[in-house]
Amino acid sequence: MDFSVLQGYSHYFISGTINTVFIAILTVLLGVLIGTFLALMKISKNKVLKFLASAYIELIRGTPLLVQIFIFFYLITLPDFKLFGLEMSRFIPGVAALSINSGAYVAEIIRAGIQAVDKGQVEAARSIGLTSGQAMRYIILPQAIKNILPALGNEFVVVIKESSILSVIGIAELMRNTDIVRTAIFKPFEPLLVTAAIYFVLTFTLTRVLGVAERRMRTSD
Amino acid sequence: MIEVKNLHKKFGKLHVLQGIDVSIEKGEVVVVIGPSGSGKSTFLRCLNLLEQPSDGEIIFEGIDITNKKNDINKHRQKMGMVFQQFNLFPHLSIINNITLGPRKLKNETLEQAEKNARVLLKRIGLEEKANNYPAQLSGGQKQRVAIVRALAMSPDVMLFDEPTSALDPEMVGEVLEVMKELAAEGMTMVVVTHEMGFAKEVGTRVLFMDEGKIKEEASPDEIFSNPKNDRTKEFLSKIL
Repeated sequence: MDFSVLQGYSHYFISGTINTVFIAILTVLLGVLIGTFLALMKISKNKVLKFLASAYIELIRGTPLLVQIFIFFYLITLPDFKLFGLEMSRFIPGVAALSINSGAYVAEIIRAGIQAVDKGQVEAARSIGLTSGQAMRYIILPQAIKNILPALGNEFVVVIKESSILSVIGIAELMRNTDIVRTAIFKPFEPLLVTAAIYFVLTFTLTRVLGVAERRMRTSD
Repeated sequence: MIEVKNLHKKFGKLHVLQGIDVSIEKGEVVVVIGPSGSGKSTFLRCLNLLEQPSDGEIIFEGIDITNKKNDINKHRQKMGMVFQQFNLFPHLSIINNITLGPRKLKNETLEQAEKNARVLLKRIGLEEKANNYPAQLSGGQKQRVAIVRALAMSPDVMLFDEPTSALDPEMVGEVLEVMKELAAEGMTMVVVTHEMGFAKEVGTRVLFMDEGKIKEEASPDEIFSNPKNDRTKEFLSKIL
């Protein structure tokens, strides 16, 4: 094992890591947005909304992410232009697919978090005269967030790892850049081990930070 | 004040309320007793539509609240409810538990609402707990807060759903005391309870329910000393 072969390629790892983190943050934000709407649709009384949300969730969770990414890549055709050094014609379909995928999982996290709040809370809120919307906003959601945040943190970790799959459509994230280095130096192990280490540091740090945050939240109970 | 006409409630095949007719006047303290499964809690929860009746009418202050055209949220503001499990909002401090309704629904300012809340807390001797959270209170304290949370909306009627059943025995007294004071002030109350002492002392009328029907209805004196219905006799002989 000779890591000196990687000399001169460090910027690939650095920019790849930055892009991976950027993609993960963007995906989680969009995923939470999509997931919140889906979760609210799924717990609503409207049968059509309920069906649409369930269909979305089942469809996304029942098909491979890789397939979804390719479908989006060929579905969304954009002119070539670069933003933050990323080719948008690849980046936009890629992040869209990843967010839409993550949204389905986030929806289930949020739904479970909301439904874990004691039924008596809604009843107490409604008995005062709050509307169901007000009860959701002032009583249910603030309590549900405590259930949701830890699981959402895990989803963030999952997305960091899963985003490596975007390399198949040539987005310059960490995995794709690793492939470039690997084929340039004709050595697979050195770049792959460095990349594995970077992913691990990212996810491990995040898990620790989340653990601390979770413990803090619990003490406020 | 509340008129219930031919109230039915079914949960699937289970026919829990089988035609309840009762009229509750202003200032009355109506105590509902009966064996478990008799439908007394369901009856109470139908009064503010926490359970949607399957059939029948509930006329509250002259308006049929079972009619979907009427805004139930408006009417619920006038009907306070106290639950067996207290159902305080755990993420809000005691004072915020009390002020939430008045601020969001009656557009009271923060100062106004907090001032009123402190008066209410003082009344139940918990003013120093204003900034504590529900988890820091005992069961009896929680239930007293739950009562004043409902009172903060200045309701016309208070509904109590077994308010002392989840309490340790030594805390039952403090909650009943608050309820007695309320009754003495002339609050209209409907109380589902197993506290026969409370029924005797405070109740103006007792309803005995069994199998989804009101089997007997009389003054506490009469129902406890001279029950007419066989089921009432049997029930009372078991618990007294």
